[in-house]
Amino acid sequence: MISRPFVAFGLFSIALVSIAVIAGGCRQSADPNAVKILNVSYDPTRELYKEFNRGFAKHWARQSGQTLDVRMSHGGSGKQARSVIDGLEADVVTLALAYDVDAIQRKAGLMPKDWRSRLPNNSAPYTSTIVFLVRKGNPRGIKDWNDLVKPDVSVITPNPKTSGGARWNYLAAWGYMLKRELGDLSKLHDPKSADAVAKANEKAKEFVKEIFQHVKVLDTGARSSTMTFVQRGIGDVLLAWENEAFLSIHELGPDKFEIVVPSISILAEPSVAVVDKVAERHGTRAMAEAYLKHLYSPKGQALAAKHYYRPRNAEGVPEEYMKRFPKIELFTVLEVFGGWEKAQAEHFNDGGVFDQIYKP
Amino acid sequence: MGKTPGKTLLDKPAVAPKPPEFNFSQRADSKQPQLPVRNMALKQHSILPGFGLTMGFTLFYLSLIVLIPLAGLLLKSATISWDQFYAAVTDPQVVASYKITFGASLVAASVNAVFGLAVAWVLVRYSFPGKNVIDAMVDLPFAMPTAVSGIALTALYAPNGWIGRWLDPLGIEVAYTQLGIMVALTFIGLPFVVRTLQPALEDLDVEIEEAAASLGATRLQTFVRVIFPAIMPALLTGFALAFARALGEYGSVVFISGNLPMKTQIVPLLIMTKLEQYNYAEAAAIAVVALGASFAVLLFINIMQWWSRRYAAA
Repeated sequence: MISRPFVAFGLFSIALVSIAVIAGGCRQSADPNAVKILNVSYDPTRELYKEFNRGFAKHWARQSGQTLDVRMSHGGSGKQARSVIDGLEADVVTLALAYDVDAIQRKAGLMPKDWRSRLPNNSAPYTSTIVFLVRKGNPRGIKDWNDLVKPDVSVITPNPKTSGGARWNYLAAWGYMLKRELGDLSKLHDPKSADAVAKANEKAKEFVKEIFQHVKVLDTGARSSTMTFVQRGIGDVLLAWENEAFLSIHELGPDKFEIVVPSISILAEPSVAVVDKVAERHGTRAMAEAYLKHLYSPKGQALAAKHYYRPRNAEGVPEEYMKRFPKIELFTVLEVFGGWEKAQAEHFNDGGVFDQIYKP
Repeated sequence: MGKTPGKTLLDKPAVAPKPPEFNFSQRADSKQPQLPVRNMALKQHSILPGFGLTMGFTLFYLSLIVLIPLAGLLLKSATISWDQFYAAVTDPQVVASYKITFGASLVAASVNAVFGLAVAWVLVRYSFPGKNVIDAMVDLPFAMPTAVSGIALTALYAPNGWIGRWLDPLGIEVAYTQLGIMVALTFIGLPFVVRTLQPALEDLDVEIEEAAASLGATRLQTFVRVIFPAIMPALLTGFALAFARALGEYGSVVFISGNLPMKTQIVPLLIMTKLEQYNYAEAAAIAVVALGASFAVLLFINIMQWWSRRYAAA
């Protein structure tokens, strides 16, 4: 009778140990010639990386003889960054904005501070911008940012607090107002026009506040907003990544929606980086670096363009892809807002401008 | 159950089993297999390993699964000063989201208490073709990933959805309003009420109702004085479970609520936005307040339950 608990406990321990052994065995039994890397990315890159990974695996097999398996993880950019900080073993990250990579650097120190200068073009191999998606025929006559605050227009955008994409939307609208008030964005850096700049910022705040009063639904991510607009039929205009807007039209037919390009918008630079500490531990640094460099190759650039991202270098990109992208005046976060760190603290952190918009 | 024949009598002098607490709760013609009754369960070996091991395991398991994460939460929220804590949890946006979450959960649990009782009643008292299918359907909200139910409900109740298109001309907006939050929370809470009520209703003898009727009670009196006190504890448990589940629900609500600050933003979403800013301590602070409030509500319900059980037994 006394031995019973011991028997049970013994059986339980054996079960635990065998689970551990099996789990451990799985890790080690892999073929030494097969390598795996994990790319942690954000929502709308699914289609791009699906195709890019296949191409890169072939390229890598030719170059090194190794079979490469690139696994993907997609989600909201901020959430993905947090997963990496909390220990998700990403070899590379390809996120929606530099701020999220900076957060990984700052909070977990997984890469050096100068990660941005390690690859060309601020480590953003492809870019995008913010455009409007409207219903076919543009029944509300929306042509530019100021049309968003016309009476009865309802706007769909994700919540800038939870979505990286939404922060681009918000800053693009802000920049539009600055440009309209100042005439020339270079005045922002001219100490002589400090008064005018302060006034223009006040105007921009009012304007952005007014836009958000026209927002009916604040989804948590860019994809959910697209679904709300496209499938639920809510709203007159969706503020969207250009690539996401193209994708919606491509998927659902050009007879339902059309893209409206505003007079000015923001240059969205989705950032990529090797997560040094993880890649070194996995011994995957070489392929992780090659993987990101391949994004800059003509093949990589053509694939980005195919999936509606603006390539950095048009050379070798088929003309049919290039002519999709309308000419548009673009400003960067650095020029207008002094970088992401500052923009985040001023606008999106608790108590920032965005919170003040919703103060009762 | 009654006295048990066989082995027990040989082992030990038979001890009269304790009378059950309420007589009507155990059917005389119970079809349950007659197991030998043993009173000194602690000393005798049973099917499961002994008390020492199971109790030890229970404590270990509860610590691992419940207490340690909760302690972590409290520790995290203690990393900010009291002033910061107070400022974080009394921000107008946060207060509004508490009201929305607790209000909508309360409405949803109440709706489920009423209609869940009806569903359980039908499933227990009547037999009809397809009963098993309906019975199984009650569990669906358990089994469905909450995001799927959120998307499905939104698709139904959006102005262009199957149900929404009929409500829209009447001026009733469901998706992207507080009403939508209540719909989602009602959906996920239903099984809790039905599943806790079913056994209680099964234990209820029809004879008691007949006795009440023969003594001249009206149908309403029979329900209020005879049936209701007997099922009250189970109903309260079901209500408490549905309510507690609703408080923490995130997946289905974010799709249907519209997430507008001050209007349709629920507490779990606010916690998510704090995390998005790497503000773990304030997220924990909001969670601690929500946890404290739900604990108070559950404690209150438990006290009511204890009280109603005494009332029922008397």
